[in-house]
Amino acid sequence: MTAVARGHRGTGAQVEAGAEAQRHGGTDRTRPRRLALVASKGSLDGAYPPLILAATAASLGWEVGIFFTFYGLDIIHKRRHKKLKVAPLGNPAMPVPMPNLLGALPGMTAAATSMMKGWMKKARLPDVPEFLDIARESGAKLFACSTTMGVMGVEEQDLVAGVDIAGATAFLDFAADADVSLFV
Amino acid sequence: MNDFVADAELDCKGLLCPLPVYQTSRAIGRLTTGQVLKVECTDPGSLADFPAFARQRGHALLSATARDGVQVFYLRKEAA
Repeated sequence: MTAVARGHRGTGAQVEAGAEAQRHGGTDRTRPRRLALVASKGSLDGAYPPLILAATAASLGWEVGIFFTFYGLDIIHKRRHKKLKVAPLGNPAMPVPMPNLLGALPGMTAAATSMMKGWMKKARLPDVPEFLDIARESGAKLFACSTTMGVMGVEEQDLVAGVDIAGATAFLDFAADADVSLFV
Repeated sequence: MNDFVADAELDCKGLLCPLPVYQTSRAIGRLTTGQVLKVECTDPGSLADFPAFARQRGHALLSATARDGVQVFYLRKEAA
């Protein structure tokens, strides 16, 4: 994940347990802060970070826009977003100790996916469709990359409701006024 | 630290980021200005997140304490 933070206004919050917290800054703005995200990954593990950031930013009262592009378009694909997977192959962070090449065996991706979904459920985190509901309820703009739709043969009716089909120009127009822009 | 009287309480124990802040944002939305919300969390990240949440939303974090793995926050709604 690469980050570009413009106009860094807030300082990092570091408050220890028991510390009396202070109130400072944050309210003297004429417009809300804005988060612009590019979601480019269509794996289960790639879908969570932008959705978590979006839900958090919305909770902070920020405007949020997510540009779903390339495989990231699967996150807002009605059918596919319920079946996002995590690949054990080429993923040295997988917690099961085994030679990485075994990740290529049939069933290993399904096993890894099922394991991660189990973690998420145990942690009581929303699943991908639920996170999208949170994003939409909070007014986040969901941009579906029209080029990706053309390249991958995705139609408007394949996408979840409430998305804006747009090119990079519309997203950049939104992102030009962003306080935080992230490519995930 | 128990000097604050809460108008509402929110149990976020067992929840991980972003849920405590998300739930808190919704709970504060149901309060009126000046009312106090008590939030209990077990996500250790909450100790950093709640001061940031209060600053970003313009609410007052009256206290932040942690004991036995539970963080307790008292937030006073300041903004609409």
